[in-house]
Amino acid sequence: MQQIINFVIRNKTFLLFFLLFSIALALTIQSHSYHRSKFINSANSLTGGVYSISNSVDGYFGLKKENEILSEENKQLKEALFNLKNSSNGVTVDSSFAGKVFKVRTAEVYKNSYSLTNNYLTINKGKNDSIQQDFGVITSKGIVGIIDNISGNYATVLSILNKKSKINAKLKSTTHKGSLTWDGKSPHFTQLEDISTFAPVKVGDTIETGGESAIFPKGIGIGTVDSIEKDISGDTYTLQVKLFNDMTNIGTIYIIENLDRAEILDLESSNNE
Amino acid sequence: MNSVFGLHSIRFIALLLVQVVICSHINFLGYINPYIYIIFIFLFPIRENRLVLLLTSFLLGMLVDMFLDSGGVHAAASVFLAYTRPILLKTSFGMLYEHQSIKFSNTEIGSLITYITFGTLIHHLVLFSLEIFNISGILLILKKTLFSSIFTIILCLLIIILFSRNKK
Repeated sequence: MQQIINFVIRNKTFLLFFLLFSIALALTIQSHSYHRSKFINSANSLTGGVYSISNSVDGYFGLKKENEILSEENKQLKEALFNLKNSSNGVTVDSSFAGKVFKVRTAEVYKNSYSLTNNYLTINKGKNDSIQQDFGVITSKGIVGIIDNISGNYATVLSILNKKSKINAKLKSTTHKGSLTWDGKSPHFTQLEDISTFAPVKVGDTIETGGESAIFPKGIGIGTVDSIEKDISGDTYTLQVKLFNDMTNIGTIYIIENLDRAEILDLESSNNE
Repeated sequence: MNSVFGLHSIRFIALLLVQVVICSHINFLGYINPYIYIIFIFLFPIRENRLVLLLTSFLLGMLVDMFLDSGGVHAAASVFLAYTRPILLKTSFGMLYEHQSIKFSNTEIGSLITYITFGTLIHHLVLFSLEIFNISGILLILKKTLFSSIFTIILCLLIIILFSRNKK
């Protein structure tokens, strides 16, 4: 017994180092698996408070750009609205049958990283604003990511620039589907895997969300095909997708809630049983 | 003793805030960021207990991890740097360290540069190895380590020299 205590006292520095290093390593490895509830994330009042102060200062520098994006989006929405009015040609559609499926909320981005291999955003909406895990996040141009951790007033978003991210996507012209991943290299490109070689894909084709998951609605823009590569097996293509979004410059985002999500998940889980 | 404690607490908080608010969002050439919070570990008093250094380094790294959503990579790298610090001090300062009489404000600039360079390289190598966490990304790890280290070393030296001259 005496010897054990002596050993501990003699090597106390190394033992403490070993303990702390193991804890850090465990947290690192845990953070590599998708959707484990983590203790260490920036969705808490301390980090959120600091980021909100710094955002309130440097938010002013991007105001002009932000205004341009908003007016551009307004223009598109106005166009869509006028065209819709013309096409319905005065016939009133009874909206009581068309149930609302998606609910949209806005939020501000407090922190955005894009130079790491696993990137996250921190936003200023949380549990108190009815945000939950697995809600989709988009901008006016295209998708950004999926809500990951939430606290009272803040949430972190698993960016599409994250090795853990895997999002269902399809070609706009056909219905060939694949999954969108990221190789960790450039913040302007992501990869679309598992597109069948039967798909008539060309450089410049548009990629959009597939709507197979309960997270994103169908048809939200992602990017355009930049180059086409055949897999080693030769059965599928891997496409380099140039993103519509400039992921390095994101100010305001929209959070999409699928109101039928619980029902869809319920149905899918009952199928699996 | 009290003023030393106060000085290091202020340095801890100031470096943490500067790191997470400014330095982690520079993204020079797309991916190069300096990690200046390790100045705290470099300048930690030498006569202080090593266990205290390990614990505070862990805390500092953990807080940086919390702000940057990076799991535990900064905590691991900081603890590793804190553990290897005596070896670094011995190789770069030699006799001065044996006599426990180093004052960072008035040492030779050459020794200081050696100390900071090796410390930063070790810290960044551990940091990026764990961040990328893939042996096939070894080139990316080395590239990131090299470029970020250059940035960090220059900034660290500038900050240390700037602030130590002020106190005289």
